[in-house]
Amino acid sequence: MVNTKVELCGLTLDNPVIPASGCFGYGKEFSELYDINILGSFSFKGTTKDPRFGNPTPRIAECTAGMINSVGLQNPGIEEVVTNILPAMKEYYTKPVIANVGGFSVEEYAYCCERLNECDQVGIIEVNISCPNVHGGGISFGTSPAEAAKVTAAVKKVTSKPVVIKLTPNVTDIVSIAKACEEAGADGISMINTLLGMRINLKTKKPIIANKMGGFSGDAIFPVAVRMVYQVYEAVNIPIIGMGGVSSAEDVIEMMLAGASAVQVGAANLINPYAAKEIIEQLPTAMEKYKINNLKDIIGGAH
Amino acid sequence: MKQGFYKILENKNIALDVYKMVLSGDTSAITAPGQFVNIKIDGLYLRRPISICDWSEDTITLIYKVVGKGTEVLSKMDAESPSLDLLVGLGNGYNTEKCGTSPLLIGGGVGVPPLYGLCKRLHESGVGNINVILGFNSAADVFYAEEFAKIASSVTVTTVDGSVGIKGFVSNAMPDIDHSYFYTCGPEPMLKAVYNATEADGQFSFEERMGCGFGACMGCSCKTKYGNKRICVDGPVLEKGEIIW
Repeated sequence: MVNTKVELCGLTLDNPVIPASGCFGYGKEFSELYDINILGSFSFKGTTKDPRFGNPTPRIAECTAGMINSVGLQNPGIEEVVTNILPAMKEYYTKPVIANVGGFSVEEYAYCCERLNECDQVGIIEVNISCPNVHGGGISFGTSPAEAAKVTAAVKKVTSKPVVIKLTPNVTDIVSIAKACEEAGADGISMINTLLGMRINLKTKKPIIANKMGGFSGDAIFPVAVRMVYQVYEAVNIPIIGMGGVSSAEDVIEMMLAGASAVQVGAANLINPYAAKEIIEQLPTAMEKYKINNLKDIIGGAH
Repeated sequence: MKQGFYKILENKNIALDVYKMVLSGDTSAITAPGQFVNIKIDGLYLRRPISICDWSEDTITLIYKVVGKGTEVLSKMDAESPSLDLLVGLGNGYNTEKCGTSPLLIGGGVGVPPLYGLCKRLHESGVGNINVILGFNSAADVFYAEEFAKIASSVTVTTVDGSVGIKGFVSNAMPDIDHSYFYTCGPEPMLKAVYNATEADGQFSFEERMGCGFGACMGCSCKTKYGNKRICVDGPVLEKGEIIW
């Protein structure tokens, strides 16, 4: 019998599989299809201080082995999440959840994290300093080591929960950003967010996405994510949640060999609503195939 | 919503670039006309949302137009092709209870198919006076006028070039047909014209590029008078009173 349990920021997860923020809503839609308590955890929809409608439509464009989205952090705001959504979530999800937070100023990040600090259901706070969709938004924090450190330090001050910083791959040197977050007190790194991309409609000869650019995700970005996780693993001592194009149990194993302690599954949930469930179910067989007894033993095994 | 594999029974060309596909499989997730399916197509990342034209206990009829890569691949399939991976019973669909005594159904182009399933359900529930307007670009684009004629009180066809039926748009035909309520589906400019062409209340089915089709990705959101809605789960059908153009 193989052991799929992993440790992440003081939590023990039954398995390393975590649906990624923005691809799983607040879990409700998926809980109607299967018991989502089988998940290691899940990261809920990126939440900001104020409610946001997000970007104009079209927000979605297809790519080879992936997709571009430019949702623009549509969410009901932190008040609604804390007051209504989290209490309602207890009905269908009883494990600690990962609370994903977005923001447009250091104060806003801190405000959201302070509000979430009072929520027992929140096991980890994942701070998105990398969403490429919002003008003047997260992008400026995630591309500068100093700004990333500023956000990290500010949120650490207001919460006793583990804080994981979610990094953008759209930088020259992701290692320096990860190190800056670690030095500022981050309890973990999650990576990678989407790659900035664009598709152009040949009929209209204009970008398909209303906001012109968007975040590229899906199977196609997996090698980029594995490479970046591998690089950051060598530079930091805090756990990494690896993500980017993960769509199978084999991908989970590969991401963990690169250095991930847990693995998020994003766009795969959108094209197959049972993707995370199927990956969890396939994990023991894949582990046996590759002679892995204890999944946590392989973290960083490729180094 | 249910996910399942559906065998292609038939896939035939019925008008210019328009195909009718009949699939067999579990239809228990379909609860209302105007809902849609989301089809996985080998080699393409995103599923393709297609409205349900009609359904029985074990078959689904889809009518689609070839407009891009996905629909082109679909159009080349036949009864010998592998079964299709579908998400079935997506969206809210039309509310048939509000139809009144003489509903008017207004479809444009590939917006026509979901109205057929609606027309059939209204007819079966005993609504006596169902009138239908079908708008197309040209005679070669026309489909299903005869099928509607079997169950509707009247079918009026309009074409932009006048090659068949009334020359012009569906909104040109609307003033001549008394109606208590209306249901419509078609391209957005047509929906706007319908909105402005009648005082009656009604329901509109919208189209938007979707990521998932079941409410998770927020890719197809729109603003309404009652707050933000996702076209895929809170729609595709919106009531006249909530629409913000």
